[in-house]
This record gives sequence, C-alpha cells and structure tokens, in this order.
Amino acid sequence: MLYKTTRVKSNILEELQIIATNLRKSVIEMLVVAGSGHSAGPLDMAEVFATLYFHILNVDPKNPTDPDRDRLVLSAGHICPILYATLAHKGYISEKEIKTLRKLGSKLQGHPHNLSMPGIENSSGPLGQGLSQAIGMALAAKLDNKNYEVYCIGSDGELQEGQIWEAAMFAGNKRIRNLTWIIDRNNIQIDGYTEDVMPLEPLREKLEAFNWHVIEIDGHNIEEIISACNMSKAIVERPTAIIAHTIPGKGVDFMEYKFEWHGKSPSLEEGKKALHELRTLEGRIRGEHE
Amino acid sequence: MLKEDQNLSKDIFNVHIESKPTREGYGDGVLEAGEINEDVVVLCGDLTESTKSDRFAHKFPNRFFDVGVAEQNMAGIAAGLALSGKVPFIASYATFNPGRNLDQIRVSICFSKANVKIIGAHGGLSTPADGATHQALEDLAIMRTLPNMIVLYPCDYLEAKKATLKAANHKGPVYIRLARDKTPIFTTKTTPFEIGAAQVLMEGRDITVIATGPLVYEGLKAAQELKIRHGISVEVINLPTIKPLDKKTILKSVQKTRRLITVEEHQMAGGMGSTIAEFLAQEFPLKMKIMGMPDLFGESGLYDELLEKYGLNAHHIELEVIQFMQGK
Repeated sequence: MLYKTTRVKSNILEELQIIATNLRKSVIEMLVVAGSGHSAGPLDMAEVFATLYFHILNVDPKNPTDPDRDRLVLSAGHICPILYATLAHKGYISEKEIKTLRKLGSKLQGHPHNLSMPGIENSSGPLGQGLSQAIGMALAAKLDNKNYEVYCIGSDGELQEGQIWEAAMFAGNKRIRNLTWIIDRNNIQIDGYTEDVMPLEPLREKLEAFNWHVIEIDGHNIEEIISACNMSKAIVERPTAIIAHTIPGKGVDFMEYKFEWHGKSPSLEEGKKALHELRTLEGRIRGEHE
Repeated sequence: MLKEDQNLSKDIFNVHIESKPTREGYGDGVLEAGEINEDVVVLCGDLTESTKSDRFAHKFPNRFFDVGVAEQNMAGIAAGLALSGKVPFIASYATFNPGRNLDQIRVSICFSKANVKIIGAHGGLSTPADGATHQALEDLAIMRTLPNMIVLYPCDYLEAKKATLKAANHKGPVYIRLARDKTPIFTTKTTPFEIGAAQVLMEGRDITVIATGPLVYEGLKAAQELKIRHGISVEVINLPTIKPLDKKTILKSVQKTRRLITVEEHQMAGGMGSTIAEFLAQEFPLKMKIMGMPDLFGESGLYDELLEKYGLNAHHIELEVIQFMQGK
C-alpha cells in the first residue's frame, strides 16, 4: 500500500523535478569522466536528494558546520555521485569540481569522506554503518536540547548487514523521534536482484516489528517524498522509516531495472545517449507545465 | 636503581603492595572526566559492571547508553555522537571491541577522525578462567595499524586513570587496553604520564627491558633480582603508549646498553616488540628478543599459571636476560 499524499504547490513540484533531472545529468557527466563508479542507485535517488536538499533540509552551504543544521547521513556510500551532484548544485562546491570525481587530490573521493568536502556529514562505503552514525547524531541533539532532524539514506542491499539490525533495534527501543531513515528500495545489488541474492521481504513488517513507523512511497514522486518527510517529523513516539520504491537507473532507458548497472559507469557513447534522453525528459517536464 | 624522578611507590618490592585492576582506573578516570566535561558520554555493550563503566552510569544516567550486545552499532553511534561534539567512550572486552567492530572503528571513527575513545577491557591473558575466546592477544597489532589512532596500554590502576583523563582531553581516536585481574599499583599519583612518552623506571647499563601493561611490574621485579643475584644492571622502560612510539627514549637507552628484550601480553607478531623492531631495524639495528605469545591461543587457568606457562613472568624475564647476556 502506498502512502497518500498531501497537495504541494505544482510550481514547487515542477522546480524540484527539474532539479532532479539536472542532478541526473551531473551524475552521468561525472561518471563518464571518472570511468568507474555506480550508476543505478545515484540515478534512482535523484528525486529524494533534490527534495531533501532543496525543500526539506535546514542546511546552509555558507555555514556547513552550523551546530543547528539538519544532518543527512549517507549510509550507502557508493551512491555518492548523487550526493556530490546535489552539494554542487546547492553551492557547497563549484559545479566544475564534479568533473574531478575519483581523481587524485579531489574532494570527490570514490566513497564519501566527511573531511574531504564541506557538507558531507559522515564517511561511508562499507555498508550498514550509516544508520548507527545517524542515531549518534540524533542522540547528540537530544543531549544538547537542539531541534535538528537527522536523515539517513540507505540502500536495500545493505539491509543484509547485521549492524543495520543492531541499529534498527536500538533506535526502535529508544524511540528516537528526530531520525528518518530513507531506504532506497530499488531491488538490486551487485550480484543480482535482492530477492534472489538474499530476500528482504516482508520488509515493512520487519521494520514495524523493530518498533519503527513505516511509510512506503513511490521514490520518484516528489509530492509523496515531501508528505512522508512531513509525517516523519510529526511522528514523535517512534523513528520513521520511509521505504522509497524506486526504479534502478531511473531516467536513462537502457539502464532502468538492470542490476548490471548497479556498479558500473557509462562509457562516453553511453553517456551521450543518456544525456540526450535526460535533456528530452527535461523538455517534457517544462512542456507539461507550460 | 629506581629513577627518583618517577616517584614510584615506596612499597614497590613489598609483597603486600596494594593491587587493583587497571579497568578500575578507567572506571574512576572516566567518572572524573565526566565531572570535568559534560560532553563526555559512555556507551557500553552489556558489560557495564565488568568494564567498570557503572560508576559513570550511576552518576550520569542521561549520558550513559547501554547498547546491548552490539559492538558494531556501539562504534557507529559513538562516531555520530563525536561528529556532533560529544566525547564518547565505548567499552567492551578487547576481543569484541576492536575484535568485532574493526570496520566500524576504521571507517566511522578513524577515517572520520571522530573523537571516540575505545576501551578494550580484559586485554591479554587477564581474563584467565574464561579461556582463549575472551583473551585478546592481537588487539594492539590491529589498532596500531590504523591511521589517526593512539594506542595506550597502562601498567597499573593509577596509570590507567591518568591515561583515561588524558584520552578525554586528546582530540581524536584513542584505544586503551585494560586488564581484568588485580595487579600491583607501583606508580604513584605524581609519577609522570604523557601520551607518547616512554618512562625509564630503572636505570641500567647492561641491557634494556621494555615492557607494556601490567607486565612492566614483572620486568621491574626481574631487574631487581638480576642486580642482587647476578650483578646485571638492567634498564627498565615502561611503554604505555604503543603509538605514537617514543623513539627518542628507546634509542637513547639501546645506544647505551646495545641489548634489548621486550615483554608483552600479546602475540609476538605485530605488537609492542614488533613496533620497536620495525623502528630499530631502520634506525639502529641490534639483536633483540621479543617476549610474547608465540602464535598461540591462550586457555583457561589462573593468571599466574598462564604467565608461567607462556613464559611471561619475572622469572622467565630473568632467564631470558641471563641467556641474552651469555650470548645464547
């Protein structure tokens, strides 16, 4: 059952959708230049990142260490191209710097490093670590009587790590209210489809059994993302997990649904094709709203 | 000769010298650190009394988190707390912390320079009856290879307390290895302790013995006997900081004595002796002997029995020194 949405002004939705498409273009551009990296996850999280950074999060690129800022913890470190693209579009780094992904001396390390770039809250890559880190940040807010929110973005494949369930048990037990865990449910991992490699279902019931409030959304529907985040803030007796159902490789036709694109980057030719598709898509979005 | 500026206990060679476990030094130290700095928090993995975190937990219940038997989550939560300005101590047995949560310590803590203090209790053979599964004999090797990590192994209760307080003030990750069983308190409140400093406790001419942790006391006892019974002048150095290594003090001593034995409750591979061998092989090659566990797991028994069986008490240090002096 998918979550019912509240109405959000259509010009905001249009704006966020265009940002998401631009983020996808940046992801493709940086992956082509890097020559390695992950494609499917970064593309399918574009709406979530656009919505969080340009509508939900209280963050300021001019003051990236503000103690009162909201925190976004990326647990699935391998999808960092979408984080880097978002931070560049938001103004934490210059847009031309995204072309340095995975290059020597770059702020854009192959997996995110909190000390390498402003705006990156944590280091990740080895899966399953981010939810614990996010819990620590949420606990610190409580100790300091601060009101910031902590968002953790994780993948579905990393739910196979034991640490995730240690963390899920802790957060449910301690009823951590200022924590929202967004799970990219794209059904793929390196070796294949999650339900073939190591099934996660029934996921909703598992999380509910760990005392989480669970919301399922279409992870490409910006209105649903906004509603779910608002609901998470309003739920105070439990932490909230948002299962964002997504299409891996979303926005690039030849990548969609293919687990083979989980861990590889497009060639120059494939990149051109992908960018052409995304430009056409952007034209359609503008066209629909004109 | 005991070095006077070290202010060692007047009862140092009295058989009735007071004993306490170093884990109690941590327990009292972290309580004091918590009183000084309200950002100090403690996390524990279902071993609150055993790691002596209970003193802090009772005084500061809001700043204490029992995470249950979940060392990986404990390390991750601590990283998040540290990245938000807190000074977390995470306590469990060294076999689990860092034994179970190395990846979390490596990425969430060390790589991120998160200001977390890792407390590895029951290090070495000092949880003797529990047997090999609970005897951490490889933790120093693991921790010292991580960039940004400080590695401490205090020699007695008072040094453990000082190390805990210094760790709380140090900005960055610190590993402190503790012992379960009681060992003699042979230092005093005024014995100097600084992170990164080795201490010459007894000056000698013939051979240098460097020890770490509670076995430092065995080294001192051996040196005393060797002087009285064999006329051998042993220089005894306490090395509470395995990393960063106090190269200056070590080099000065071995340049004088030209002979070196190291003693530790740890695998010979990768531990304190190994650290010194790596340094001296490059700066001042000399023949040295590493006393430690010879690539074996421990077993159940009494602490004294295990030290005797694996050759890590004063008696065995004496024998090794005599052999070394005879050129064997």
